[in-house]
Amino acid sequence: MTEVVDMEYAISEAVDDGQSLYLGGFTHLIPFAAGHEIIRQGYEDLDLARATPDLVYDQMIAAGCASTVTFSWAGNPGVGSLRGFRRAVEDGVPNEIAIEEYSHFGLVSRLAAGAQDLPFLPLRTFIGSDYPDHTDSIRILENPYDDGPDEIPVVPPLNPDVAIVRAQRADEEGNAQVWGIVGEIVEAAFAADTVVLSVEEIVDKRVIRSDPNRTLVPGTAVDYVVEEPYGSHPSYAQGYYDRDNEAYLEWDRRSETHESTTEWLDEWVYGVHDRAEYLEKLTTERFLDLQPQTSYATPIDMGDY
Amino acid sequence: MTEYTDTELMISRASQELQDGDTTLVGVGIPNLACNLAKRTHAPDLEMIYESGTIDSNPSKLPLSIGDPVLATGARSIVPMIQGFGYYLQSGRIDVGFLGGAQIDRYGNINSTVIGDYDDPTVRLPGSGGACEIASNTDRTIIITPHSRRRFPDEVDFVTSPGYVGGRTNRERLGLRGGPEAVITDKAVMRFDDGGEMYVESLHPGVTRDTVQQATGWELQFSSELVETNPPTEREIDLIRNDLDPDGVYTD
Repeated sequence: MTEVVDMEYAISEAVDDGQSLYLGGFTHLIPFAAGHEIIRQGYEDLDLARATPDLVYDQMIAAGCASTVTFSWAGNPGVGSLRGFRRAVEDGVPNEIAIEEYSHFGLVSRLAAGAQDLPFLPLRTFIGSDYPDHTDSIRILENPYDDGPDEIPVVPPLNPDVAIVRAQRADEEGNAQVWGIVGEIVEAAFAADTVVLSVEEIVDKRVIRSDPNRTLVPGTAVDYVVEEPYGSHPSYAQGYYDRDNEAYLEWDRRSETHESTTEWLDEWVYGVHDRAEYLEKLTTERFLDLQPQTSYATPIDMGDY
Repeated sequence: MTEYTDTELMISRASQELQDGDTTLVGVGIPNLACNLAKRTHAPDLEMIYESGTIDSNPSKLPLSIGDPVLATGARSIVPMIQGFGYYLQSGRIDVGFLGGAQIDRYGNINSTVIGDYDDPTVRLPGSGGACEIASNTDRTIIITPHSRRRFPDEVDFVTSPGYVGGRTNRERLGLRGGPEAVITDKAVMRFDDGGEMYVESLHPGVTRDTVQQATGWELQFSSELVETNPPTEREIDLIRNDLDPDGVYTD
């Protein structure tokens, strides 16, 4: 049964110390509001999985939430390094973290295996690379058939305890519609035991039912729905707001040392009660600059039969 | 003749590697500028695909990351990552991939994972992203990187993305498709011989053999028909500066 709740409640109900989490959204619809709430509630010893840890995991790592990071590309997209992640890996600050590393397709294949309850999925990646020597779960099988390569790498399922995904809109049952870059949102939601869905807006179920092809995450897979406008800032929501590149550049500066990173967290995460307060602090001016012009899709006729 | 920068020369050379009708997997920065330049000049039907799953993107402004909203609006199609990597890339439907990296060896094997020991790295780099599957599954890869001894060591610390592995026959034996086609640096354009080893095809204007050899960690081979790299044309320079990167994000 899906519940419509606020972020504070959703995180306190869904997340526990020591769990594995997957915050979905590839550059688009990143669950920043949820990440900040996890930091505020002080969770520790989390196994954080995400293709691109991005700023959200950098912040969670710096806040001491992580014991393991499973990833495929750890950088500040278009800017440079993830300094929090690097400090943890290179110097053990604020704590040592273990890493488990894949390529994008390797990690997304793990989620797809998890979503389908398969013991593994094969892929034509990793042969000739050094990944199989360093990531124990990447195994090489002999191809049981005559056609194709003799050896085929496989990856095991990833079934996070909790997936947190976002969408532009959903109804109260958690039937979520996403447009723009979909990334690995669907696989993450189907692979996880518990799903928190955060949306820009909750809409009437007739809106959802009018366009079923756009519903990518069904309410049957969702446990908690949170309406959280601008919940992806400083990443973006297609059609709602753009990526706030200034914030990505600012993070690069503010995360220079562990002390300066902690100051940032004090100001922007611990220093605000929730996302609404965070938005007030950002000022309206900032959001006006991120507003795209409209570009409507042509409506389709599903036909009334 | 207009003065041009190293970056503008690299964009121009990378763009010349693309043929009309090619499907390319594009990264941000120089690859994106090279593809857009090719589309506006000799390859109007070039198809640009991004790792984020946007198919035939035509960005109206310079994307800052491979997942910008400008890549989604007006695309031919947008697919989940599992399909982009599976149905488009792994199936062999993509002609060209662009790769960069912190280290490249003579066989075009690339490291973008760690400098030093994997378990105790001197520098932790971002990792593969889609690079490992791009290097394994496209028909040809174009490698773009600054040229220095640090970046061209005798042996890479970690193979993130396989090139010709230990030679061309090795790559084929492993069941990998295609392979590195060209390496474009700020000093030269290099290709790969029948054995899969890198050689210098052309030196950029003002660059000597010695300069390139000094910046390479192994004894580099030079083509017996070594030529000077063609500089970017006036039209290319004008397009890059006034149309593709007017704010000089990548080209200043």
